[in-house]
Amino acid sequence: MASYATSAGIGVGLVTLLALYVGMTYCLTGFGFRFDVGWFLEAVSPYQWACTGIAMAIALSVCGAAWGIFTTGTSILGGGVKVPRIKTKNLISIILCEAVAIYGIIIAIVLGNLLEDFDFYNASWEVTAANYYGGYSMFGAGLTVGFSNLFCGIAVGIVGSGAALADAQNPTLFVKILIAEIFASAVGLFGVIVAIILVTKVKMGKSASI
Amino acid sequence: MDSLSFNINGGYLEGIVRGFKSGILKRTDYLNLVQCETLDDLKLHLQSTDYGNFLANEPSPLSVSVIDDKLREKLVSEFEYLRNHSVEPLSTFLDYIRYSYMIDNIVLLITGTLHQRHISELIPKCHPLGSFEQMEAIHVASTPAELYNAVLVDTPLAPYFIDCISEHDLDEMNIEIIRNTLYKAYLEDFHSFCKNIGGTTAEAMCEILAFEADRRAFIITINSFGTELSKDDRAKLYPRCGKLFPDGLSQLARADEYEQVRQVAENYGGYRTLFEGAGTNPGDKTLEDKFFEHEVKLNVNAFMQQFHFGVFYAYIKLKEQECRNIVWISECVAQRHRAKIDSYIPIF
Repeated sequence: MASYATSAGIGVGLVTLLALYVGMTYCLTGFGFRFDVGWFLEAVSPYQWACTGIAMAIALSVCGAAWGIFTTGTSILGGGVKVPRIKTKNLISIILCEAVAIYGIIIAIVLGNLLEDFDFYNASWEVTAANYYGGYSMFGAGLTVGFSNLFCGIAVGIVGSGAALADAQNPTLFVKILIAEIFASAVGLFGVIVAIILVTKVKMGKSASI
Repeated sequence: MDSLSFNINGGYLEGIVRGFKSGILKRTDYLNLVQCETLDDLKLHLQSTDYGNFLANEPSPLSVSVIDDKLREKLVSEFEYLRNHSVEPLSTFLDYIRYSYMIDNIVLLITGTLHQRHISELIPKCHPLGSFEQMEAIHVASTPAELYNAVLVDTPLAPYFIDCISEHDLDEMNIEIIRNTLYKAYLEDFHSFCKNIGGTTAEAMCEILAFEADRRAFIITINSFGTELSKDDRAKLYPRCGKLFPDGLSQLARADEYEQVRQVAENYGGYRTLFEGAGTNPGDKTLEDKFFEHEVKLNVNAFMQQFHFGVFYAYIKLKEQECRNIVWISECVAQRHRAKIDSYIPIF
């Protein structure tokens, strides 16, 4: 434990030092203008933003669902050896975790269908602006859904593990803990709702307009 | 963050151990057991608990030592299951639980050898959880140095012997000193191992081990009144990983009688309540009983948290306490002396 902390600290320290060195070099040699956030945002293609968003949506959702499933699955297995009756009821926790992955793939498909190409070099200002808007929106939506599903999956997993072990000791506890799990899974739903709202106004392609 | 990654390696075993824990006898089971008239009644009542038919193949009449052996066998098989399915660091943790039984076995074998008993009589009396390959060779040693060089240097207990090697012969007094020195080194090692694991395991285990250390300090002090153990020697036997370190231990080292020990305990809130109400009058609980009760309370508390190794240690200790309870009740039933049959320590 202590060695992880010190090596992580050394890593972070080295990276900060490097960034400081590069930054100060640019600053003090008169090339400070090269650090240009606006240029970066414009130069990256909207396809890159959109596709990164789609990737984050599905990847992080699956990560969260998998984390939740292994956390609760091992507890169900262990508890089910002495108390076999918990096996069937506790599959609800696994289903709630799986729902998290399904949210991710729904958003990824929705976003993927919105992707359309446009003439990057010759397009009019309105079309370019609309497509950039689309790219940024999809990036934001993907990240929203990805991270909210990641933490939702972890939360449902940990609560589900507790529910399985408590159910094994006392069957009346399961329904009460399930209520907590449902609240935990609502968090993922919030992410999906926000993502859908974000992308309703997106229109990419040759005939887009702001 | 224990809860995020504990279940990868420990989730299944934690589920198993909690299942085992639900099989520990409850108050209603004990109420049934104390009403038994014979050991066969006892066997019948135990059949309806988690123990099932463990005494089914034993010829009647049953004896208490047979019941004791069979109870221990069940505990050992459960422990072996857990140990075989575990990976690091849980496997090292479970090995540490074993070392205390190894120390007891070593001392048992040496004492038996001193009393001229043959080694083959002693091996069956050893605790199965503490067996190691070199057990048979213990009778060749006559001084601690020989014991170390011949037998113990290959066992995991080797680092605990550093403080004990001396040129005195192994005799009655020295055996107890060796036992306590070994146990002190073992306890301090286990405590620092748990602290290194950190997180919830450290929280749960360090509390339990600190109480164990303090309890041993009190018991060593009280038992050494009236013997030839000098105060300096006594002070060297106190484990330092408890709450009494350093002030309480130095006060205990200077104590000469029970009242002074009680004075030391007054300074520590948790221990003051243990000494109050303990005494040798009939109807009082003895100090050992109060210590056992406190230990049971701490072990039960370990189950209140998830995702840590403390549940494994707590389960083994609670099961041991249950074995002691059942053996106590069986002895009272077998000897038909029911006056103190209710002095078992209730667990749940």
